[in-house]
Amino acid sequence: MNGFPIISILTFVPLAGAILLIGLHSRQKGLARGLALGFSLLNLVLAVTLWAQFDPRSSGLQFVERHEWIKSLGAQYFVGVDGLGALMVLLTALVVPIAILASWRIDEKVPIFFSLVLFLQSGLFGTFTALNFFHWFIFWEISLVPAFFLIKFWGGTQRTAAATQFFIYTMVGSVAMLLSFLALYSVTGTFDFMELADKGRSGEIASQMIVKVTAWQIFNRDQLPLVIFAGVFLGFAVKVPLVPFHTWLPTTYAEAPTSVTMLLTGLMSKMGVYGFLRILLPIFPDQMRMVMTPLLWLAVATIVLPACAAFAQRDLKRMFAYSSINHLGYCLLGIFALAKLTQADASWNLQKSAVLNGVLLQMFNHGLTAPILFCFIAFLEQRSGGLRGVDDFGGLRKAAPVFCGLMGIAIFASLGLPGLNGFIGEFLIFKGSFPLATWATALSVLGLLVTAIFLLTMLQRVFSGPLNGKWSGLADLSWKERLIVLPALALMLIIGVYPQLLIGKINTTVIAMVENMKF
Amino acid sequence: MYLDIKYLWLIPALPLLAAGLIAVTRQPHRRFAAALAIGAMAISFILACFAFAGTLGRSSAATSFHETWNFNWFQIGENWFRLGWVLDPLAAVMLVMVTFVSLLIFIYSVGYMAHDENFTRFFCFLSLFAAAMLGVVIANNLLLLFMCWELVGLASYLLIGFWYQKPSAAAAAKKAFITTRIGDVVFFLGILWLYSQAGTLLFYDGGSGCLEQNALNELATRATIAGLAVSTGIGLLIFCGAIGKSGQVPLHVWLPDAMEGPTPVSALIHAATMVAAGVFLVARVYPLMSANGGEVSNWSPGIHVSALTVVAWVGAITAVFAACIAVAQTDIKRILAYSTVSQLGFMMLGLGVGGIAVGMFHLITHAFFKALLFLGAGSVIHGCHEEQDIRRMGGLKKYMPVTFATYAIGMMALSGVPLFFSGFWSKDGILEKAHEWSGSHWPATSSVLGVLFTPFHLGVFAALLTAFYMTRQVCYVFLGNYRANGHASAHAGEAHAGSNEPHESPRVMTWPLIILAAFAILLGFLGTPVWPWFQSYLNGIAPDFEFGRLFEGPVLFTLALSTFIVTAGVMLAWWLYGQKPIQSDEPDPLERIRPEIFGLLRRKFFIDEVYEVTVIRFNAWWARVCDGLDFWFWNGLVHAIGYLVVGLAWIDQVFDQFVINLGFDEGCKGAARGGKLLSRLQNGRVQDYLRVIGVALAVLVLVLIWGCRAS
Repeated sequence: MNGFPIISILTFVPLAGAILLIGLHSRQKGLARGLALGFSLLNLVLAVTLWAQFDPRSSGLQFVERHEWIKSLGAQYFVGVDGLGALMVLLTALVVPIAILASWRIDEKVPIFFSLVLFLQSGLFGTFTALNFFHWFIFWEISLVPAFFLIKFWGGTQRTAAATQFFIYTMVGSVAMLLSFLALYSVTGTFDFMELADKGRSGEIASQMIVKVTAWQIFNRDQLPLVIFAGVFLGFAVKVPLVPFHTWLPTTYAEAPTSVTMLLTGLMSKMGVYGFLRILLPIFPDQMRMVMTPLLWLAVATIVLPACAAFAQRDLKRMFAYSSINHLGYCLLGIFALAKLTQADASWNLQKSAVLNGVLLQMFNHGLTAPILFCFIAFLEQRSGGLRGVDDFGGLRKAAPVFCGLMGIAIFASLGLPGLNGFIGEFLIFKGSFPLATWATALSVLGLLVTAIFLLTMLQRVFSGPLNGKWSGLADLSWKERLIVLPALALMLIIGVYPQLLIGKINTTVIAMVENMKF
Repeated sequence: MYLDIKYLWLIPALPLLAAGLIAVTRQPHRRFAAALAIGAMAISFILACFAFAGTLGRSSAATSFHETWNFNWFQIGENWFRLGWVLDPLAAVMLVMVTFVSLLIFIYSVGYMAHDENFTRFFCFLSLFAAAMLGVVIANNLLLLFMCWELVGLASYLLIGFWYQKPSAAAAAKKAFITTRIGDVVFFLGILWLYSQAGTLLFYDGGSGCLEQNALNELATRATIAGLAVSTGIGLLIFCGAIGKSGQVPLHVWLPDAMEGPTPVSALIHAATMVAAGVFLVARVYPLMSANGGEVSNWSPGIHVSALTVVAWVGAITAVFAACIAVAQTDIKRILAYSTVSQLGFMMLGLGVGGIAVGMFHLITHAFFKALLFLGAGSVIHGCHEEQDIRRMGGLKKYMPVTFATYAIGMMALSGVPLFFSGFWSKDGILEKAHEWSGSHWPATSSVLGVLFTPFHLGVFAALLTAFYMTRQVCYVFLGNYRANGHASAHAGEAHAGSNEPHESPRVMTWPLIILAAFAILLGFLGTPVWPWFQSYLNGIAPDFEFGRLFEGPVLFTLALSTFIVTAGVMLAWWLYGQKPIQSDEPDPLERIRPEIFGLLRRKFFIDEVYEVTVIRFNAWWARVCDGLDFWFWNGLVHAIGYLVVGLAWIDQVFDQFVINLGFDEGCKGAARGGKLLSRLQNGRVQDYLRVIGVALAVLVLVLIWGCRAS
């Protein structure tokens, strides 16, 4: 079982890098940047190796490492990946180097900045691979700390308020989740996600809770599971976010330095979706089903309202922040539709597989597209001296055709143009949830329309029309910058044309997950 | 020589490849870009001809009528999602038409865009456009069709906004994409519904495709809300996509604005590709639209309600609506644009009342003569130094003879001048079927709408208007005297160094016109009632030559009627516009007669304005509401909780400070004071003690004495 510990290496290499970078003098900027990039590329190589070695035919966990840690607490060092984990690890390893390259021009406290980025990466790897609540939670919280400091020290004018709001808001969710897990531990005596999922499926958790209800005498037998569920739910709902727990996001994304926004939108938002899939759905199937209908409507609200609000934004970063909420809304719609009670009918299994495949693809695609969009905004900010209002520009296509062309590709990927990556994920989610939750899905399709409206309006205002004389000297993308974005754009095209590239690896996991969700 | 079905994908793939290569070509390599695009298109055309040859003489009974090639794309759970392409007469005839018309437009563009700085990019987009359209045509999977359909939308967005520095072009591009996307979103719902009901999106799959009998029977018998069959519901949703793409009322608003693109783009959008996609879609899913399981709902007795009824009505209304607007326009391209909308309405009407062959025949003939008219208009615009207002033209017959001759042929084909022009035969077919159609018989239509007019009457009226506005346009442009000299010569003269006379276009532009003009005449003979080869070919039956069919009652009736209508329309317009040369400052004769109606038509029934104050304003308002909701309500709630916590902390602090701390402090102070007071009693001085004792004794003595005396 404990073979070559590739996951541990993957998790601790960035940590080592982070520690190494702290030791550097703040004047050794070049060295710091080089080392950070080097470490992140090493991670990329490791992650790609893991992806390549991942056996798509096996539905179980792979690359598992399991060691006893604190026996009395049931804490084990237990890591491993299935298709979902492997996909997220790959995404993390892909996005971090791009973010590091996009923040090349950061000039203050350079070693610390990159140290924090690597620290964050380590936390993300840990979150996506840990399978025991105890150390999963450590990573979950650890990733919050560097993000907080990155926003607080390198952010925009309102960074302190934004960082505080971000930290406290997510912390409230985390605390609620921690309490719920402690309650769960006292009921079941384990922190192991896999065991908990087994017990959740078999109804063992429910029966043990009834015992505890009489012992604790605080809630009745219906309330206790729901309260525990609500705590965990809150933790993830804030992270994704689900409307109405989303208000921290636009401010945070707008105030964070753009390269950090890339990490927030590309990776940290996926932590929440990952949590829904890994923890909430398997462990609390009954509770999910109980509150499915209101959740579906919240998902619809998460899709439609932020898309509409994005139309009213004047700041490009805020606009894309809202767009990001909208895209994750599709994931949530799929996840909530999955909770629907269905008989063990093969055709329903097909729909659920479609949803789940779609959700996973959408996570990856959004994780790829949104950071690239923010990366373009970072390039734009570097040229405009920090200006990034929708109305500050005009006619940029004239001055910077390559920039606008490539960003245009990313924008169309974001609005779900077929042939680029966004489309298939959205189609699969809709395809599966339409029979599962017809009206919610039908309303959510509005999101596709509204997204097109605000993105094209933005294109029109910023890129078209007569060239704003102020920007006539705006430099086009340099070769270095092209090299940063082109691989990602190529990947968007490849996934759009040949999604089997990803689906082939995750499909077995998806089938297993659907099998396990029989309720 | 036939094209093997396995290699059918090459037809769209070649232009796509060309587009990709041109995209990475640097701007100065103009010849390379143009050659690549035209070469790829030419090969595609040849391949399309081979494919077409393979479908000739196919019988609809044969299993190979819809020849398909399907393959796995990706996995969904235990299943594979499959894509594929199909070659049947419908696809083949579209392939030939699209490749051929596109090829001519590409060649023409070399001349038209010769001076544009973004020449290579233009050919990149054109190739992409054609590739996407060809993809729509061969798709054997509704999702693949939808994907190519969206790419058509993208390419049109790029091309309409090609002169992106013009704010109007940028706005028109956005409008086109978003308006069509409104339809597309509903179309997408139709796809989802179809997929969930039929379990497949493949059209033809050896008996298990969604357009094959098993699935259709299944869908037509399932009922959904309001007594509609599922197949009807799905058909209507899919038709919404076609409404958007083919510019049917009420989503027609983008099409005239799309004239902001370069003229070859207008020709491509309006003739061969984009708008034809909507009609083609309806033709492709026709089996679904026409499927019925005897589900007739009872809200409109006598009319058989299927999706096709809606198609026919929408088409007929669009035909009249747009023709009315075209009457009052003054921009040469906008007149043609509204004429396209109107003709698309005819096609939809044809599909609705008469089936695939009727609608498709008009689609094909229209593609040729409308491409001809647009390219002719482009030639006129080019010759008149980018002037588009027909009031500033006139007398061009003299300066541009080739353009005039070909344009006149196109105009007569569009108006439906009898016997020798293709438009006559294709439009006649539609009117004839509309007349036969059950919904057009007066006794059968008891609804108010049906008594007043039917799709047939609407079609006849639209045909009259068509002849009228086309004659008006030709009179304005080619007859009379050249009117630009008075006004516009100043700036035109500057631009062209003195030579402000209109000039004929170069040969690279006129030859495509001549070829298209030839087809505008000849194509009609493929689908006459005498020898309905085209209809037979599409329906998979053997054509027969029968002269007597021309004199059968209904046929003769429609022939006579449409001849009369066209003559009336042309004469009326001639009487108003052609008799004497129009003067440059003269108002339009119609405007003199009925200014209020003319104004209404000139402003396009104020549809844009209505949308402006309703949909667009609502969207902006709603966006602000959502934003405000976020900022004031949700964020306010979070802040309120934050302040609540801060407030609680403050109360706690006050309590600590003033209740707990103060009480404690005061208590301590009191104790200290008391101690101090008491400590005076024990200050250790004997004199004080004695004094106290003395005083106490005295008091005691006094008390005792007072007590004794009292007792």
